[in-house]
Amino acid sequence: MLMTQMKSKETLESLIGGKVFIINCHGCKEVGFPEEEAAAFQKELQDKGVVTGILTTDYVCNPENLELRLSYQKDKIDAADMILLFSCGVGVQTLSAFLPNKKVYAACDTYALPGFQGVTPLEHDCKQCGECFLNITGGICPLTACSKSLVNGQCGGAKAGKCEVDPDMECGWERIYRRLAQVGRLDMLKCPVQVRNYATDDEVNK
Amino acid sequence: MRISELFADGKFVVTAEVGPAKGFHTEHIVEEAQTYLKGITAVNVTDNQSSVMRLGSLATCKILKDNGLLPIFQMTCRDRNRLALQSDLLSAAAFGIDNILCLTGDHTKMGDHPGAKPVFDLDSVSLLYTASQLENGKDLAGNDLVGEPPKFAKGAVVSPASDSVDAQLAKMERKVMAGADYFQTQAIFEPEKFIKFMEKAKQFGKPVQLGVIIPKGAGMCKFMNKNVAGVHVPDEMIAQLSADPEKAKAGITGVEIVAKIIKECKPYCQGVHIMALGWEKHIPTLLEQAGI
Repeated sequence: MLMTQMKSKETLESLIGGKVFIINCHGCKEVGFPEEEAAAFQKELQDKGVVTGILTTDYVCNPENLELRLSYQKDKIDAADMILLFSCGVGVQTLSAFLPNKKVYAACDTYALPGFQGVTPLEHDCKQCGECFLNITGGICPLTACSKSLVNGQCGGAKAGKCEVDPDMECGWERIYRRLAQVGRLDMLKCPVQVRNYATDDEVNK
Repeated sequence: MRISELFADGKFVVTAEVGPAKGFHTEHIVEEAQTYLKGITAVNVTDNQSSVMRLGSLATCKILKDNGLLPIFQMTCRDRNRLALQSDLLSAAAFGIDNILCLTGDHTKMGDHPGAKPVFDLDSVSLLYTASQLENGKDLAGNDLVGEPPKFAKGAVVSPASDSVDAQLAKMERKVMAGADYFQTQAIFEPEKFIKFMEKAKQFGKPVQLGVIIPKGAGMCKFMNKNVAGVHVPDEMIAQLSADPEKAKAGITGVEIVAKIIKECKPYCQGVHIMALGWEKHIPTLLEQAGI
């Protein structure tokens, strides 16, 4: 199972520029989502007049459902500069891949809990690391898309765009670079040096 | 002596690379270094190169230093977590080894212990940052160091002939941000690619050493083209090597090729880094032919 916690308000506010379309995913609702905190934050954004629409749905990670549901919201999504997604890391990765030209940001960090994992397409794996990096990597997880789980950029091991470990695997950081270029956020590569925190299990109990 | 000081003095810095053996005897490596590498500035000692277990880089650096050479301690993030890496940086400082080269490292699956746990707790960028923190008297967790902090010449690598050179430049910039003092490049066989790369890389204002490999034959070049990331040997060079196999085998062709590359790139870089891969004996001739 998994649970999500909302990122700090300061972090979220630093991400928001222009109009926002908000998606809440309640697919694995029984497990633990920060519903009240998220609703309060979303209300604040609405009061500021930056929200083009809010969609509450289940299983963003199911591409067929997602396509249908987003089709009803097309105008509101087109009117937004970015999408803020309150879901686990799989949801953010699925939506980023589905909307290649849109900035998609994770509002939550995902933590692992033992048990059932929900509808998880394997190509968008989430390690439930508790310190989601998707906002600086264009919605492609560096932990699962890179063999070395590097969080500061590409190593020197990619050959013809393929990973040194598995020639059938595309270099995750080349995908990230292309995606950031596509959404105009290459400046994310100038973010401070990232150091993983392996003690995030302490955070779950706070 | 930190090689960053030599770069600052405008010296053209020549380094070469030695790889420790799978065993603890070092007579051979010391003898070779004293015979062929005395004329160069510093000697990189690789760290379990290609993820193959060998004698440690730090111990070999200490032995080379005791024998009058200036060692560069290569550190990868594959085999040690942040405690071990910081501890080894302090150990290096205690031995008076103050030149380091920070690398992410090949994956464990590439080497002779493919079942080993790949660590990568830090990476090249965060290791450079960690070394910078130690220089500021703090460890990575922010705790104070006791006594005078260490001071290193912090090196990093970059791959100018990579298929994804823009991503490499972005990473280079992150390394500069994290405190890299100088760069060594992956082996270059196409000067025009290197020169084009340097036009973009010079904005970072850090010295760059041109990386070279002395090609031993056409077979080796074809192997590198197929398997080694960031290395591309053009067809005409391969033809040149296969035209006279005896001459190639004797190292004459390879040295000629690399000397020409160095001459063409020299105005655009601040040094050269030779990965001789066992052909250390050709280094003196190479430097002579390249006019260094």
